Amino acid sequence: MQRYFLSRLIQSVLILFGVLLLVFLLVRMTGDPATLMMPHEATTEEVESFREAMGFNRPVLVQFWDFFTGAIVGDFGMSLHYKTPAMKLVLERLPATVWLASVALLYAMLVAIPLGLIGGFKPGSLADSFGRLVALSGQSIPNFWLAMMLILLFAVRLGWFPSFGRDEWKSVIMPAFVLGLPTMGRIVRLTRSSVLEIRAEDFIRTAYSKGLDPRVIYVKHVLRNVLIPLVSMIGVSFGYMLGGSIYIEAVFSWPGAGQLIQLAIGWRDFPLVQAIAVFLSVVVLALNLLTDIAYVIIDPRIRYGD
Amino acid sequence: MGQLILEVKDLVTKFYTLEGIVHAVNGVSFDLEEGEALAIVGESGSGKSVTVMSILGLIPSPPGKVESGHAYFAGKYGRCDLLKLTPAELRNVRGGQIGFVFQDPISSLNPLLTVGEQISESLVKHLGMSSEEAKKKTTKLLEQVGIPVPKIRYNNYPHQFSGGMRQRVMIAIAIACNPAIIIADEPTTALDVTIQAQIVDLFQRLRNVIGVAVIWITHNLSVVAGFAERVLVMYGGRVVEIARVDDLFARPQHPYTIGLIGAMPRLDARESKRLVSIEGTPPDMLIPIIHCPFAPRCSYAFERCWQEIPPLITVGEQHRTSCFYDLDKRRPRDG
Amino acid sequence: MATNRAAQTNDSFLDIERTFWDRLVYASQFLLRDRSGIIGLILFLVVAIAAIFSPQLTPYDPLSQDLRNSKLPPAWFEGGSWDHPFGTDSLGRDLFCRIIYGARVSLAISFFGVLMAGGIGLIIGTFAGYFGGRVDAVIMGAVNLILSLPYLLFVVFIAAILGRSLLNVILIFGITDAPLFARITRGEVLRIRELGYVESAICAGARWDRIIFDHILPNLIGPLITVATFEVSAMIFYEAGLGFLGLSVPPTVPSWGNMLSVGRLYLVNAPWLATFPGLAIMFTSLGMNLLGDWLRDVLDPRLRRARK
Repeated sequence: MQRYFLSRLIQSVLILFGVLLLVFLLVRMTGDPATLMMPHEATTEEVESFREAMGFNRPVLVQFWDFFTGAIVGDFGMSLHYKTPAMKLVLERLPATVWLASVALLYAMLVAIPLGLIGGFKPGSLADSFGRLVALSGQSIPNFWLAMMLILLFAVRLGWFPSFGRDEWKSVIMPAFVLGLPTMGRIVRLTRSSVLEIRAEDFIRTAYSKGLDPRVIYVKHVLRNVLIPLVSMIGVSFGYMLGGSIYIEAVFSWPGAGQLIQLAIGWRDFPLVQAIAVFLSVVVLALNLLTDIAYVIIDPRIRYGD
Repeated sequence: MGQLILEVKDLVTKFYTLEGIVHAVNGVSFDLEEGEALAIVGESGSGKSVTVMSILGLIPSPPGKVESGHAYFAGKYGRCDLLKLTPAELRNVRGGQIGFVFQDPISSLNPLLTVGEQISESLVKHLGMSSEEAKKKTTKLLEQVGIPVPKIRYNNYPHQFSGGMRQRVMIAIAIACNPAIIIADEPTTALDVTIQAQIVDLFQRLRNVIGVAVIWITHNLSVVAGFAERVLVMYGGRVVEIARVDDLFARPQHPYTIGLIGAMPRLDARESKRLVSIEGTPPDMLIPIIHCPFAPRCSYAFERCWQEIPPLITVGEQHRTSCFYDLDKRRPRDG
Repeated sequence: MATNRAAQTNDSFLDIERTFWDRLVYASQFLLRDRSGIIGLILFLVVAIAAIFSPQLTPYDPLSQDLRNSKLPPAWFEGGSWDHPFGTDSLGRDLFCRIIYGARVSLAISFFGVLMAGGIGLIIGTFAGYFGGRVDAVIMGAVNLILSLPYLLFVVFIAAILGRSLLNVILIFGITDAPLFARITRGEVLRIRELGYVESAICAGARWDRIIFDHILPNLIGPLITVATFEVSAMIFYEAGLGFLGLSVPPTVPSWGNMLSVGRLYLVNAPWLATFPGLAIMFTSLGMNLLGDWLRDVLDPRLRRARK
């Protein structure tokens, strides 16, 4: 088991290095980061002095070393727009995004898992059809568009919810609902198909042959095995939602990291963009590690690997 | 002759699938005595597994359906027809009075539960034991089936055992509640030959010690020879021959049985002879049978074979066959 | 004297002995039984026709502005007219027409994007799965790196850098979605490699490219087509998202994503501007998802259902 942890840890560190490299290179993809970050109207002298100030005319390896060592301690330089340290801005905004994604994930699980279970245990039933409809909707409806429609209906016409910002406790409801919809769809599908697959396994036949109570078979034998792919999907979904928050936060003007990155892109404030990209990636990586830990707890084959 | 504990009469099971109706079991009847070792032999698709699974309600119910027949079981609570029991009553019989051993021990055990737990659950459910008592009894069972250091192994998971050991665990599960019958569906097919012999020995030992009857399903006649007292040969969802094991090998009365015996590799074969295989392919179970299912592959088939389904007739002591052709007299039977 | 009357046994859909026509017949039978598959096909065809025959289907040029008739509501509302069935936008451009033309962008991006991602992923995944060892480790290291990142974020990041153009968007999706196909391909190749007949082909000394083309690739078609269908649907979403943020095709090109970003500005006063593009996206996506579900059922013999 320790070997498993160690290898996952090393993997994560390597991925982190890869992320930093990627983020560093992306900004230099067009060849000249200075032109990228300056507005179009800037004169050549302005661009040149900017380039010098940011150190873009130094050798690439030196730049990367600077960037790398800075990133490790959380120093991503100054935001061009706000003129304050980029990392500080990210940390201010991050809690709002995490809160939003957490609420979204929670309600998605609370709705999707029961629906998926019913679908797996009673395929073809009315509840199953409803569950599959939910799954289809989650997959087929563009959630930021739905967000706009819901704002129109519930905020503007009916006035039940605020249409933007994070001022009341009610503010989180619509954004979280919309953000969690695709995840809800995915979880229903996965749960349903896992239940169906596991019910067809040989060891379930053994359980029936022992004459066990069906309820015992469902919980102790089927559900426990369903947890394995489910935990993985939940981890992935949370990461996905952190990325997808960009759109939802834009529509609802939700003051989170997603909105910040969208604004930063508009201002061509790439130091800030880099900071957000790296930080969110770190969060997702940490999440994946957590998922792996959960795996180990659930699946003894990893705990006592051969 | 001992007491009969299982009497199966005219069992018919069909599967309703997208491609059509599969006539898996077409009127099977047989008996089982207390403590007896009965082998059911046949190729894949002959209906041997479906027969026993039907009796205990273990076939998936759409698409499968037990259409008709009886399965009288002389259990702890008297004689009953297993096919007429309620689900709850059937659950008491399964595991509690009739135990199962399946073919593939790797996939037949829940990977997430300890081996001890999987045995104890039966004890708790059927014998009402507390978890302490169940743990003690389970440890004894593990010892009985030949698993070393049972107290430690109780807490191990299936993936930590070898194939043969896992099968022993399955056997422990099967005998846990002291059943009257153990049904073993190809228990050694997925194992090495040397382990096979050990498992057969284990079954023999258990029969001697506990006196449990065993129905051993296999497609491999050689395994049968060393273990079974009586053999039932199935083909096309029907019984084609039943006999005591010595009679079966000495005087096979059905062309299919002869084919099976001829196809067995033998250690004492004199020259290197080619193994005789039976020509043709197994029947398509989507087509309901209206004649002898073996007729297309039979070298002795004549007109009557294509017109009627041969019934089981007695051709010797405890020896029956369903064939219109008399192999001893080399001509169609009278009557 | 023994005559062989045994009929053919029923095999899986991808059985090599079955001819193409057999499979087509079987698939259509399945389609008719499963109405949602038909619905998916119909939806997809409607969108495809809209994309291919855009000029024939629309009376106006999607770019022509008519400021006198700007911000007209859809025909069935007060103030609307059947000249502009879906209404017009702030520059007087006919919305219905722009939606039809928008189908071109969405389908082009999603199809070519998936083609590219699938092609790259297939090649990479097959090499990784077949040759194993260090090749596998290196390739899958890169793949896992990309898959571990918050995808949408990086798509936005890259789009911001590259600038707005159709080609850029296709390139971005084609490259960033390739790891998904690579991972799936690799998994399938590993599984197929263990199959009996592949092992025997290897033992018989067949060359690696022969094995890959004759044995492994045909088995990959099923799962890959299914995934590809879902990814087409996903890419339509991603394009819409990018367009919404102003990072997709240039604003002169009518794309559903662009229309959504404009629609947002007029959400309260002219809600139809946002409603119809979204409906179009939903429509198309629904069709692809239903089609994908049907394909998955058809191509996976294990999930065949029983007749009641």
